Amino acid sequence: MKKEPGSGKFKLWKKGAHLFSPRIDRFSMKIYDIYKFILRFFKEAFVPPYDFKEIIRQCYYVGYKSLVLISLTGFITGLVFTKQSRPSLAEFGATSWLPSLISIAIIRALAPLVTALIAAGKVGSNIGAELGSMRVTEQIDAMEVSATNPFKFLVVTRVIATTCMLPMLMMYTAFVGMMGSYLDVHSKELTSFRAFFHNAFQSITFLDISASVTRAIVFGFTIGMAGCYTGYNATQGTQGVGRAANSAVVASMFLIFIEEIIIVQIVNAIRPI
Amino acid sequence: MKKHISHIDRSTAVISIRDLYKSFGSLHVLKGIDLDLFKGENVVVLGRSGTGKSVLIKIISGLLKPDKGTVQVLGEEVDKLNTKELQALRLKIGFSFQNSALYDSMTVRENLAFPLTRNKPGISDDEVEEAVKQVLEDVGLSQAINQMPSELSGGQRKRIGIARTLILRPEIMLYDEPTAGLDPITSADINSLINEVQELYHTSSIIITHDLTCAKATGDRIAVMLNGQFNKMGSFEEVFDSDNDEINSFYNYNFIEGGSA
Ligand SMILES: Nc1ncnc2c1ncn2[C@@H]1O[C@H](COP(=O)(O)OP(=O)(O)OP(=O)(O)O)[C@@H](O)[C@H]1O
Ligand SMILES: [Mg+2]
Repeated sequence: MKKEPGSGKFKLWKKGAHLFSPRIDRFSMKIYDIYKFILRFFKEAFVPPYDFKEIIRQCYYVGYKSLVLISLTGFITGLVFTKQSRPSLAEFGATSWLPSLISIAIIRALAPLVTALIAAGKVGSNIGAELGSMRVTEQIDAMEVSATNPFKFLVVTRVIATTCMLPMLMMYTAFVGMMGSYLDVHSKELTSFRAFFHNAFQSITFLDISASVTRAIVFGFTIGMAGCYTGYNATQGTQGVGRAANSAVVASMFLIFIEEIIIVQIVNAIRPI
Repeated sequence: MKKHISHIDRSTAVISIRDLYKSFGSLHVLKGIDLDLFKGENVVVLGRSGTGKSVLIKIISGLLKPDKGTVQVLGEEVDKLNTKELQALRLKIGFSFQNSALYDSMTVRENLAFPLTRNKPGISDDEVEEAVKQVLEDVGLSQAINQMPSELSGGQRKRIGIARTLILRPEIMLYDEPTAGLDPITSADINSLINEVQELYHTSSIIITHDLTCAKATGDRIAVMLNGQFNKMGSFEEVFDSDNDEINSFYNYNFIEGGSA
Protein backbone atom coordinates (compact mmCIF):
# COMPACT_ATOMS: atom_id res chain seq x y z
CA MET A 1 0.00 0.00 0.00
CA LYS A 2 1.23 3.45 -0.85
CA LYS A 3 2.07 5.39 2.26
CA GLU A 4 0.50 8.78 2.45
CA PRO A 5 2.58 11.77 3.42
CA GLY A 6 2.09 12.29 7.08
CA SER A 7 2.51 8.69 8.09
CA GLY A 8 5.16 7.26 10.37
CA LYS A 9 7.16 9.78 12.30
CA PHE A 10 5.04 12.60 10.93
CA LYS A 11 1.88 11.18 12.41
CA LEU A 12 2.00 13.62 15.27
CA TRP A 13 1.62 16.53 12.88
CA LYS A 14 -1.42 15.07 11.26
CA LYS A 15 -3.23 14.86 14.53
CA GLY A 16 -3.24 18.64 14.78
CA ALA A 17 -0.21 19.08 17.01
CA HIS A 18 2.36 21.43 15.55
CA LEU A 19 6.10 21.17 15.94
CA PHE A 20 6.61 24.78 14.91
CA SER A 21 4.05 27.16 13.47
CA PRO A 22 1.43 25.63 11.15
CA ARG A 23 3.06 27.30 8.17
CA ILE A 24 6.52 25.97 8.84
CA ASP A 25 5.03 22.54 9.45
CA ARG A 26 3.17 22.62 6.16
CA PHE A 27 6.33 23.71 4.39
CA SER A 28 8.36 20.88 5.94
CA MET A 29 5.66 18.39 5.01
CA LYS A 30 5.91 19.59 1.43
CA ILE A 31 9.68 19.19 1.41
CA TYR A 32 9.30 15.70 2.85
CA ASP A 33 6.73 14.90 0.18
CA ILE A 34 9.05 16.10 -2.60
CA TYR A 35 11.91 14.11 -1.10
CA LYS A 36 9.75 10.98 -1.18
CA PHE A 37 8.77 11.71 -4.78
CA ILE A 38 12.42 11.95 -5.84
CA LEU A 39 13.30 8.84 -3.86
CA ARG A 40 10.48 6.96 -5.58
CA PHE A 41 11.91 8.00 -8.95
CA PHE A 42 15.29 6.42 -8.15
CA LYS A 43 13.62 3.32 -6.75
CA GLU A 44 11.55 2.75 -9.87
CA ALA A 45 13.88 4.03 -12.58
CA PHE A 46 16.37 1.20 -12.21
CA VAL A 47 13.94 -1.69 -11.86
CA PRO A 48 12.87 -3.53 -15.04
CA PRO A 49 10.78 -3.51 -17.14
CA TYR A 50 12.12 -0.38 -18.84
CA ASP A 51 9.85 1.67 -21.08
CA PHE A 52 12.40 2.38 -23.81
CA LYS A 53 9.76 3.11 -26.41
CA GLU A 54 8.01 5.66 -24.24
CA ILE A 55 11.33 7.25 -23.20
CA ILE A 56 12.31 7.71 -26.86
CA ARG A 57 8.91 9.22 -27.58
CA GLN A 58 9.27 11.64 -24.69
CA CYS A 59 12.83 12.55 -25.78
CA TYR A 60 11.48 13.34 -29.19
CA TYR A 61 8.82 15.62 -27.68
CA VAL A 62 11.35 17.44 -25.49
CA GLY A 63 13.52 18.15 -28.53
CA TYR A 64 10.66 18.91 -30.85
CA LYS A 65 8.96 21.31 -28.43
CA SER A 66 11.99 23.44 -27.72
CA LEU A 67 14.06 23.25 -30.91
CA VAL A 68 12.70 26.28 -32.77
CA LEU A 69 12.85 28.61 -29.81
CA ILE A 70 16.30 27.38 -28.81
CA SER A 71 17.67 27.84 -32.34
CA LEU A 72 16.37 31.36 -32.48
CA THR A 73 17.46 32.40 -29.02
CA GLY A 74 20.85 30.72 -29.28
CA PHE A 75 21.63 32.33 -32.61
CA ILE A 76 20.56 35.79 -31.51
CA THR A 77 22.41 35.50 -28.22
CA GLY A 78 25.66 34.73 -30.06
CA LEU A 79 25.13 37.46 -32.61
CA VAL A 80 24.14 40.21 -30.19
CA PHE A 81 26.76 39.27 -27.63
CA THR A 82 29.45 39.59 -30.30
CA LYS A 83 28.14 42.93 -31.52
CA GLN A 84 27.99 44.33 -28.00
CA SER A 85 31.47 43.12 -27.02
CA ARG A 86 33.27 44.40 -30.08
CA PRO A 87 33.49 48.12 -29.06
CA SER A 88 35.02 47.30 -25.68
CA LEU A 89 37.64 45.01 -27.21
CA ALA A 90 38.27 47.46 -30.05
CA GLU A 91 39.35 50.07 -27.52
CA PHE A 92 42.39 47.90 -26.74
CA GLY A 93 42.78 46.83 -30.33
CA ALA A 94 41.94 43.30 -29.25
CA THR A 95 39.10 42.34 -31.56
CA SER A 96 41.06 39.24 -32.50
CA TRP A 97 40.17 37.93 -29.04
CA LEU A 98 36.49 38.01 -29.87
CA PRO A 99 36.16 34.31 -30.80
CA SER A 100 37.70 33.09 -27.56
CA LEU A 101 35.76 35.58 -25.46
CA ILE A 102 32.53 34.52 -27.09
CA SER A 103 33.23 30.82 -26.82
CA ILE A 104 34.02 31.15 -23.12
CA ALA A 105 30.86 33.14 -22.50
CA ILE A 106 28.64 30.80 -24.48
CA ILE A 107 30.01 27.44 -23.45
CA ARG A 108 30.75 28.24 -19.83
CA ALA A 109 27.71 30.34 -19.03
CA LEU A 110 25.06 31.14 -21.58
CA ALA A 111 24.31 27.88 -23.37
CA PRO A 112 23.29 25.80 -20.31
CA LEU A 113 21.32 28.63 -18.78
CA VAL A 114 19.50 29.73 -21.93
CA THR A 115 18.65 26.14 -22.83
CA ALA A 116 17.41 25.36 -19.34
CA LEU A 117 15.24 28.47 -19.05
CA ILE A 118 13.64 27.86 -22.43
CA ALA A 119 13.09 24.18 -21.69
CA ALA A 120 11.58 25.09 -18.32
CA GLY A 121 9.12 27.38 -20.07
CA LYS A 122 8.25 25.06 -22.93
CA VAL A 123 8.78 21.53 -21.67
CA GLY A 124 8.28 21.95 -17.91
CA SER A 125 4.96 23.72 -18.25
CA ASN A 126 3.85 21.16 -20.79
CA ILE A 127 4.63 18.24 -18.50
CA GLY A 128 2.89 19.97 -15.60
CA ALA A 129 -0.24 20.62 -17.64
CA GLU A 130 -0.32 17.18 -19.23
CA LEU A 131 0.08 15.20 -16.01
CA GLY A 132 -2.15 17.68 -14.19
CA SER A 133 -5.02 17.14 -16.57
CA MET A 134 -4.47 13.38 -16.43
CA ARG A 135 -4.70 13.62 -12.65
CA VAL A 136 -7.87 15.70 -12.47
CA THR A 137 -9.67 13.68 -15.15
CA GLU A 138 -8.83 10.52 -13.17
CA GLN A 139 -6.68 9.03 -15.94
CA ILE A 140 -3.90 8.43 -13.44
CA ASP A 141 -6.36 6.70 -11.10
CA ALA A 142 -7.54 4.64 -14.06
CA MET A 143 -3.99 3.45 -14.68
CA GLU A 144 -3.61 2.61 -11.03
CA VAL A 145 -6.79 0.52 -10.81
CA SER A 146 -5.88 -1.39 -13.96
CA ALA A 147 -2.84 -2.63 -12.04
CA THR A 148 -0.36 -0.63 -14.09
CA ASN A 149 2.10 1.66 -12.40
CA PRO A 150 1.39 5.22 -13.53
CA PHE A 151 4.47 6.60 -11.78
CA LYS A 152 6.75 4.41 -13.85
CA PHE A 153 4.98 5.03 -17.12
CA LEU A 154 4.42 8.78 -16.74
CA VAL A 155 6.99 10.20 -14.34
CA VAL A 156 10.07 8.00 -14.77
CA THR A 157 9.98 8.22 -18.58
CA ARG A 158 9.56 12.00 -18.64
CA VAL A 159 12.29 12.71 -16.11
CA ILE A 160 14.73 10.43 -17.94
CA ALA A 161 13.83 12.15 -21.21
CA THR A 162 14.46 15.69 -19.95
CA THR A 163 17.65 14.59 -18.20
CA CYS A 164 19.05 13.02 -21.38
CA MET A 165 17.87 15.67 -23.80
CA LEU A 166 19.03 18.80 -22.01
CA PRO A 167 22.78 18.16 -22.53
CA MET A 168 22.16 17.57 -26.24
CA LEU A 169 20.03 20.66 -26.56
CA MET A 170 22.67 22.60 -24.65
CA MET A 171 25.38 21.57 -27.14
CA TYR A 172 23.09 22.49 -29.97
CA THR A 173 22.45 25.91 -28.40
CA ALA A 174 26.20 26.43 -28.04
CA PHE A 175 26.68 25.50 -31.68
CA VAL A 176 24.04 27.90 -33.06
CA GLY A 177 25.29 30.59 -30.68
CA MET A 178 28.79 30.22 -32.10
CA MET A 179 27.36 30.32 -35.61
CA GLY A 180 25.60 33.58 -34.80
CA SER A 181 28.82 34.97 -33.49
CA TYR A 182 30.75 33.74 -36.50
CA LEU A 183 28.32 35.50 -38.82
CA ASP A 184 29.15 38.83 -37.20
CA VAL A 185 32.89 38.23 -36.88
CA HIS A 186 33.12 37.04 -40.46
CA SER A 187 31.27 40.07 -41.82
CA LYS A 188 33.44 42.56 -39.89
CA GLU A 189 36.89 41.00 -39.70
CA LEU A 190 36.66 38.59 -42.62
CA THR A 191 37.89 35.78 -40.38
CA SER A 192 37.66 32.36 -42.01
CA PHE A 193 35.42 29.67 -40.56
CA ARG A 194 38.43 27.55 -39.67
CA ALA A 195 40.36 30.35 -38.04
CA PHE A 196 37.31 31.39 -36.03
CA PHE A 197 36.69 27.97 -34.56
CA HIS A 198 40.37 27.24 -34.09
CA ASN A 199 40.65 30.43 -32.09
CA ALA A 200 37.42 29.82 -30.23
CA PHE A 201 38.28 26.32 -29.04
CA GLN A 202 41.77 27.19 -27.93
CA SER A 203 40.46 28.75 -24.77
CA ILE A 204 37.94 26.01 -23.98
CA THR A 205 39.08 23.26 -21.64
CA PHE A 206 37.72 19.85 -20.94
CA LEU A 207 36.61 21.13 -17.55
CA ASP A 208 34.48 23.81 -19.21
CA ILE A 209 32.67 21.34 -21.36
CA SER A 210 32.15 18.72 -18.70
CA ALA A 211 30.96 21.35 -16.21
CA SER A 212 28.39 22.58 -18.70
CA VAL A 213 27.22 19.09 -19.52
CA THR A 214 26.86 18.38 -15.81
CA ARG A 215 24.82 21.51 -15.36
CA ALA A 216 22.59 20.60 -18.29
CA ILE A 217 22.01 17.17 -16.76
CA VAL A 218 21.12 18.68 -13.39
CA PHE A 219 18.85 21.27 -15.01
CA GLY A 220 17.13 18.61 -17.13
CA PHE A 221 16.46 16.50 -14.08
CA THR A 222 15.10 19.55 -12.25
CA ILE A 223 12.78 20.53 -15.09
CA GLY A 224 11.41 17.00 -15.43
CA MET A 225 10.97 16.55 -11.70
CA ALA A 226 9.29 19.91 -11.16
CA GLY A 227 6.87 19.34 -14.03
CA CYS A 228 6.04 15.82 -12.94
CA TYR A 229 5.70 16.63 -9.24
CA THR A 230 3.33 19.55 -9.76
CA GLY A 231 1.31 17.72 -12.41
CA TYR A 232 1.14 14.38 -10.61
CA ASN A 233 -0.10 16.06 -7.45
CA ALA A 234 -2.51 18.49 -9.09
CA THR A 235 -5.84 18.99 -7.34
CA GLN A 236 -9.06 20.93 -7.74
CA GLY A 237 -10.17 20.52 -11.31
CA THR A 238 -9.15 22.53 -14.34
CA GLN A 239 -7.90 25.36 -12.18
CA GLY A 240 -5.39 22.94 -10.72
CA VAL A 241 -4.06 22.14 -14.20
CA GLY A 242 -3.19 25.78 -14.83
CA ARG A 243 -1.66 26.04 -11.40
CA ALA A 244 0.42 22.91 -11.96
CA ALA A 245 1.80 24.22 -15.25
CA ASN A 246 2.55 27.57 -13.69
CA SER A 247 4.29 26.30 -10.59
CA ALA A 248 6.29 23.83 -12.69
CA VAL A 249 7.87 26.77 -14.53
CA VAL A 250 8.36 28.97 -11.48
CA ALA A 251 9.82 26.19 -9.36
CA SER A 252 12.20 24.92 -12.02
CA MET A 253 13.49 28.40 -12.91
CA PHE A 254 14.05 29.19 -9.25
CA LEU A 255 15.87 25.91 -8.69
CA ILE A 256 17.92 26.34 -11.87
CA PHE A 257 19.30 29.65 -10.60
CA ILE A 258 20.20 28.16 -7.24
CA GLU A 259 21.86 25.14 -8.83
CA GLU A 260 23.71 27.40 -11.25
CA ILE A 261 25.22 29.39 -8.40
CA ILE A 262 26.25 26.27 -6.50
CA ILE A 263 27.80 24.55 -9.51
CA VAL A 264 29.72 27.67 -10.55
CA GLN A 265 31.24 27.85 -7.08
CA ILE A 266 32.30 24.23 -7.22
CA VAL A 267 33.75 24.48 -10.72
CA ASN A 268 35.67 27.65 -9.91
CA ALA A 269 37.09 25.98 -6.82
CA ILE A 270 38.53 23.11 -8.83
CA ARG A 271 39.56 25.12 -11.89
CA PRO A 272 43.38 25.46 -12.18
CA ILE A 273 44.18 29.15 -12.52
CA MET B 1 -37.79 -5.69 -13.49
CA LYS B 2 -34.55 -7.27 -14.51
CA LYS B 3 -35.22 -9.62 -17.40
CA HIS B 4 -32.60 -12.33 -17.31
CA ILE B 5 -31.93 -14.58 -14.36
CA SER B 6 -28.63 -14.17 -12.61
CA HIS B 7 -26.77 -17.12 -11.12
CA ILE B 8 -26.11 -15.84 -7.66
CA ASP B 9 -24.13 -17.88 -5.17
CA ARG B 10 -25.31 -16.54 -1.83
CA SER B 11 -22.75 -18.52 0.14
CA THR B 12 -19.73 -16.69 -1.29
CA ALA B 13 -19.25 -12.97 -0.70
CA VAL B 14 -16.69 -11.50 -3.11
CA ILE B 15 -16.82 -8.10 -1.42
CA SER B 16 -17.56 -7.75 2.23
CA ILE B 17 -17.56 -4.38 3.94
CA ARG B 18 -17.98 -3.92 7.68
CA ASP B 19 -18.51 -0.70 9.62
CA LEU B 20 -16.72 1.52 7.12
CA TYR B 21 -15.98 5.16 7.98
CA LYS B 22 -14.35 7.84 5.87
CA SER B 23 -14.13 11.57 6.30
CA PHE B 24 -12.28 14.40 4.58
CA GLY B 25 -11.26 16.89 7.22
CA SER B 26 -14.44 17.79 9.04
CA LEU B 27 -16.66 16.37 6.28
CA HIS B 28 -17.91 12.96 7.38
CA VAL B 29 -18.79 11.13 4.18
CA LEU B 30 -19.19 7.45 5.08
CA LYS B 31 -20.56 6.69 8.52
CA GLY B 32 -20.78 2.97 9.10
CA ILE B 33 -21.28 1.17 5.79
CA ASP B 34 -21.98 -2.58 5.76
CA LEU B 35 -22.30 -4.43 2.47
CA ASP B 36 -21.91 -7.92 1.08
CA LEU B 37 -21.65 -8.55 -2.65
CA PHE B 38 -22.26 -12.17 -3.52
CA LYS B 39 -20.74 -14.07 -6.40
CA GLY B 40 -22.64 -13.40 -9.62
CA GLU B 41 -24.73 -10.64 -8.16
CA ASN B 42 -25.40 -7.07 -9.31
CA VAL B 43 -25.85 -4.66 -6.41
CA VAL B 44 -27.03 -1.17 -7.25
CA VAL B 45 -26.06 1.64 -4.90
CA LEU B 46 -28.53 4.50 -5.12
CA GLY B 47 -28.05 7.85 -3.53
CA ARG B 48 -28.13 11.56 -4.06
CA SER B 49 -25.20 13.49 -5.42
CA GLY B 50 -22.43 13.95 -2.89
CA THR B 51 -23.42 11.16 -0.50
CA GLY B 52 -20.11 9.36 -1.02
CA LYS B 53 -20.92 6.68 -3.57
CA SER B 54 -17.77 7.30 -5.58
CA VAL B 55 -15.75 7.43 -2.38
CA LEU B 56 -17.10 3.98 -1.47
CA ILE B 57 -15.90 2.25 -4.64
CA LYS B 58 -12.61 4.14 -4.57
CA ILE B 59 -12.03 2.61 -1.16
CA ILE B 60 -12.94 -0.83 -2.51
CA SER B 61 -10.33 -0.50 -5.27
CA GLY B 62 -7.71 0.87 -2.89
CA LEU B 63 -7.56 4.39 -4.36
CA LEU B 64 -8.60 5.84 -1.00
CA LYS B 65 -7.89 4.54 2.48
CA PRO B 66 -10.68 4.00 4.98
CA ASP B 67 -10.51 5.72 8.36
CA LYS B 68 -12.11 2.81 10.15
CA GLY B 69 -13.66 -0.54 9.30
CA THR B 70 -12.70 -3.42 7.05
CA VAL B 71 -13.04 -3.94 3.32
CA GLN B 72 -12.46 -7.48 2.11
CA VAL B 73 -12.27 -8.15 -1.62
CA LEU B 74 -11.97 -11.76 -2.75
CA GLY B 75 -10.91 -12.66 0.76
CA GLU B 76 -8.17 -10.05 1.09
CA GLU B 77 -8.24 -6.93 3.19
CA VAL B 78 -7.57 -4.14 0.70
CA ASP B 79 -5.84 -1.57 2.91
CA LYS B 80 -3.45 -4.14 4.42
CA LEU B 81 -1.93 -5.24 1.09
CA ASN B 82 1.49 -4.19 -0.15
CA THR B 83 1.96 -2.73 -3.62
CA LYS B 84 2.49 -6.08 -5.32
CA GLU B 85 -0.47 -7.79 -3.68
CA LEU B 86 -2.69 -4.82 -4.39
CA GLN B 87 -1.71 -4.90 -8.07
CA ALA B 88 -2.53 -8.60 -8.23
CA LEU B 89 -5.92 -7.95 -6.68
CA ARG B 90 -6.62 -5.02 -8.98
CA LEU B 91 -6.21 -7.30 -11.99
CA LYS B 92 -9.41 -8.96 -10.83
CA ILE B 93 -11.34 -5.72 -10.32
CA GLY B 94 -12.69 -3.67 -13.21
CA PHE B 95 -13.39 -0.01 -12.50
CA SER B 96 -15.51 2.02 -14.90
CA PHE B 97 -15.09 5.69 -14.02
CA GLN B 98 -17.85 8.26 -13.78
CA ASN B 99 -16.23 10.34 -16.53
CA SER B 100 -14.81 7.27 -18.39
CA ALA B 101 -11.22 8.50 -17.80
CA LEU B 102 -9.99 7.37 -21.21
CA TYR B 103 -6.33 8.17 -21.94
CA ASP B 104 -6.88 11.05 -24.30
CA SER B 105 -3.43 10.98 -25.86
CA MET B 106 -4.02 7.43 -27.10
CA THR B 107 -6.33 5.93 -29.73
CA VAL B 108 -9.09 3.53 -28.71
CA ARG B 109 -6.86 0.62 -29.71
CA GLU B 110 -4.00 1.88 -27.54
CA ASN B 111 -6.38 2.58 -24.66
CA LEU B 112 -7.56 -1.00 -24.70
CA ALA B 113 -4.13 -2.51 -25.30
CA PHE B 114 -2.53 -0.51 -22.49
CA PRO B 115 -3.63 -2.59 -19.47
CA LEU B 116 -2.87 -5.78 -21.37
CA THR B 117 0.65 -4.96 -22.56
CA ARG B 118 1.58 -3.44 -19.21
CA ASN B 119 0.41 -6.44 -17.22
CA LYS B 120 1.53 -9.21 -19.55
CA PRO B 121 4.93 -8.12 -20.86
CA GLY B 122 5.46 -11.27 -22.97
CA ILE B 123 2.19 -11.04 -24.89
CA SER B 124 2.47 -10.96 -28.69
CA ASP B 125 1.07 -8.17 -30.86
CA ASP B 126 -1.35 -10.57 -32.53
CA GLU B 127 -2.78 -11.69 -29.21
CA VAL B 128 -3.26 -8.09 -28.12
CA GLU B 129 -4.97 -7.19 -31.38
CA GLU B 130 -7.26 -10.17 -31.09
CA ALA B 131 -8.21 -9.36 -27.49
CA VAL B 132 -8.86 -5.72 -28.39
CA LYS B 133 -11.11 -6.69 -31.30
CA GLN B 134 -12.97 -9.25 -29.20
CA VAL B 135 -13.71 -6.86 -26.37
CA LEU B 136 -14.75 -4.09 -28.77
CA GLU B 137 -17.17 -6.50 -30.37
CA ASP B 138 -18.54 -7.36 -26.93
CA VAL B 139 -19.36 -3.71 -26.26
CA GLY B 140 -20.59 -3.19 -29.82
CA LEU B 141 -18.08 -0.59 -30.97
CA SER B 142 -15.81 -2.41 -33.42
CA GLN B 143 -15.77 0.54 -35.83
CA ALA B 144 -14.23 2.93 -33.29
CA ILE B 145 -10.90 1.11 -33.04
CA ASN B 146 -8.78 3.83 -34.67
CA GLN B 147 -10.56 6.85 -33.22
CA MET B 148 -9.29 9.18 -30.52
CA PRO B 149 -11.35 9.48 -27.32
CA SER B 150 -12.09 13.14 -28.12
CA GLU B 151 -13.94 12.00 -31.26
CA LEU B 152 -16.33 9.76 -29.34
CA SER B 153 -19.70 10.59 -27.85
CA GLY B 154 -20.37 10.28 -24.12
CA GLY B 155 -22.09 6.93 -24.49
CA GLN B 156 -19.32 5.57 -26.70
CA ARG B 157 -16.72 6.71 -24.18
CA LYS B 158 -18.58 4.84 -21.44
CA ARG B 159 -18.52 1.70 -23.55
CA ILE B 160 -14.82 2.02 -24.29
CA GLY B 161 -14.20 2.63 -20.59
CA ILE B 162 -16.06 -0.57 -19.78
CA ALA B 163 -14.22 -2.44 -22.55
CA ARG B 164 -10.87 -1.29 -21.18
CA THR B 165 -11.63 -2.91 -17.85
CA LEU B 166 -13.13 -6.04 -19.41
CA ILE B 167 -9.98 -6.78 -21.37
CA LEU B 168 -8.32 -7.99 -18.17
CA ARG B 169 -11.21 -10.42 -17.54
CA PRO B 170 -12.12 -9.11 -14.08
CA GLU B 171 -14.16 -11.07 -11.56
CA ILE B 172 -15.67 -7.93 -10.07
CA MET B 173 -16.93 -4.85 -11.92
CA LEU B 174 -17.42 -1.47 -10.29
CA TYR B 175 -19.51 0.91 -12.39
CA ASP B 176 -19.58 4.56 -11.34
CA GLU B 177 -22.72 6.13 -12.80
CA PRO B 178 -22.67 4.26 -16.10
CA THR B 179 -25.70 6.12 -17.46
CA ALA B 180 -25.19 9.63 -16.12
CA GLY B 181 -25.64 12.27 -18.77
CA LEU B 182 -26.89 9.88 -21.44
CA ASP B 183 -30.20 9.94 -23.29
CA PRO B 184 -32.78 7.26 -22.32
CA ILE B 185 -32.10 5.07 -25.36
CA THR B 186 -28.33 5.07 -24.93
CA SER B 187 -28.88 4.48 -21.21
CA ALA B 188 -30.98 1.44 -22.02
CA ASP B 189 -28.15 0.19 -24.24
CA ILE B 190 -25.67 0.59 -21.41
CA ASN B 191 -28.04 -1.19 -19.03
CA SER B 192 -28.26 -4.20 -21.29
CA LEU B 193 -24.49 -4.07 -21.79
CA ILE B 194 -24.06 -4.32 -18.01
CA ASN B 195 -26.33 -7.35 -17.94
CA GLU B 196 -24.54 -8.91 -20.90
CA VAL B 197 -21.21 -8.42 -19.17
CA GLN B 198 -22.58 -10.16 -16.09
CA GLU B 199 -23.68 -13.10 -18.21
CA LEU B 200 -20.71 -13.28 -20.56
CA TYR B 201 -17.88 -12.64 -18.13
CA HIS B 202 -19.55 -14.06 -14.98
CA THR B 203 -18.80 -10.94 -13.02
CA SER B 204 -20.20 -9.68 -9.77
CA SER B 205 -20.85 -5.94 -9.90
CA ILE B 206 -21.50 -2.86 -7.87
CA ILE B 207 -23.38 -0.31 -9.94
CA ILE B 208 -23.54 3.23 -8.65
CA THR B 209 -26.27 5.39 -10.01
CA HIS B 210 -29.01 7.85 -9.29
CA ASP B 211 -30.95 6.68 -12.30
CA LEU B 212 -33.83 4.45 -11.17
CA THR B 213 -34.38 2.99 -14.63
CA CYS B 214 -30.82 1.74 -14.56
CA ALA B 215 -31.29 0.43 -11.03
CA LYS B 216 -34.40 -1.44 -12.01
CA ALA B 217 -32.90 -2.90 -15.17
CA THR B 218 -29.57 -4.05 -13.81
CA GLY B 219 -29.91 -4.60 -10.07
CA ASP B 220 -30.47 -7.92 -8.35
CA ARG B 221 -30.41 -5.97 -5.14
CA ILE B 222 -30.68 -2.26 -4.39
CA ALA B 223 -28.93 -0.44 -1.56
CA VAL B 224 -30.00 3.11 -0.81
CA MET B 225 -27.40 5.40 0.68
CA LEU B 226 -28.58 8.20 2.91
CA ASN B 227 -26.37 10.33 5.11
CA GLY B 228 -23.36 8.06 4.80
CA GLN B 229 -25.15 4.82 5.64
CA PHE B 230 -27.20 2.22 3.84
CA ASN B 231 -30.68 3.09 4.84
CA LYS B 232 -32.44 0.32 3.01
CA MET B 233 -31.42 -2.80 1.13
CA GLY B 234 -33.40 -5.37 -0.85
CA SER B 235 -35.01 -5.97 -4.22
CA PHE B 236 -36.32 -2.99 -6.16
CA GLU B 237 -39.90 -3.60 -5.00
CA GLU B 238 -38.91 -4.08 -1.38
CA VAL B 239 -36.94 -0.87 -1.30
CA PHE B 240 -39.49 1.35 -2.95
CA ASP B 241 -42.48 -0.09 -1.18
CA SER B 242 -41.43 1.92 1.80
CA ASP B 243 -42.76 4.60 4.07
CA ASN B 244 -39.49 6.45 4.34
CA ASP B 245 -40.17 9.94 3.03
CA GLU B 246 -36.69 10.55 1.68
CA ILE B 247 -36.68 7.35 -0.35
CA ASN B 248 -40.15 8.04 -1.64
CA SER B 249 -39.28 11.55 -2.68
CA PHE B 250 -36.31 10.13 -4.60
CA TYR B 251 -38.64 7.69 -6.34
CA ASN B 252 -41.32 10.27 -7.02
CA TYR B 253 -38.86 12.67 -8.46
CA ASN B 254 -37.41 10.09 -10.81
CA PHE B 255 -40.62 8.61 -12.10
CA ILE B 256 -43.52 10.92 -11.39
CA GLU B 257 -42.06 14.40 -11.70
CA GLY B 258 -40.22 13.17 -14.75
CA GLY B 259 -36.56 14.03 -14.06
CA SER B 260 -34.80 10.82 -14.96
CA ALA B 261 -31.33 11.50 -13.58
N1 LIG C 1 -10.40 13.41 -2.49
C1 LIG C 1 -11.32 14.12 -1.81
N2 LIG C 1 -10.95 15.09 -0.99
C2 LIG C 1 -11.85 15.80 -0.29
N3 LIG C 1 -13.18 15.61 -0.36
C3 LIG C 1 -13.62 14.65 -1.18
C4 LIG C 1 -12.72 13.85 -1.94
N4 LIG C 1 -13.45 12.97 -2.67
C5 LIG C 1 -14.75 13.21 -2.35
N5 LIG C 1 -14.86 14.21 -1.45
C6 LIG C 1 -16.10 14.70 -0.88
O1 LIG C 1 -16.86 13.59 -0.47
C7 LIG C 1 -18.23 13.80 -0.78
C8 LIG C 1 -18.78 12.61 -1.54
O2 LIG C 1 -18.18 12.57 -2.80
P1 LIG C 1 -18.53 11.48 -3.90
O3 LIG C 1 -17.73 11.81 -5.11
O4 LIG C 1 -18.36 10.13 -3.33
O5 LIG C 1 -20.07 11.74 -4.17
P2 LIG C 1 -21.04 10.88 -5.06
O6 LIG C 1 -21.99 10.21 -4.17
O7 LIG C 1 -20.26 10.00 -5.97
O8 LIG C 1 -21.78 12.00 -5.88
P3 LIG C 1 -22.15 12.05 -7.44
O9 LIG C 1 -23.42 11.30 -7.59
O10 LIG C 1 -22.32 13.50 -7.72
O11 LIG C 1 -21.01 11.45 -8.20
C9 LIG C 1 -18.35 15.10 -1.53
O12 LIG C 1 -18.88 16.07 -0.68
C10 LIG C 1 -16.93 15.45 -1.89
O13 LIG C 1 -16.74 16.83 -1.76
MG1 LIG D 1 -19.72 10.02 -7.96
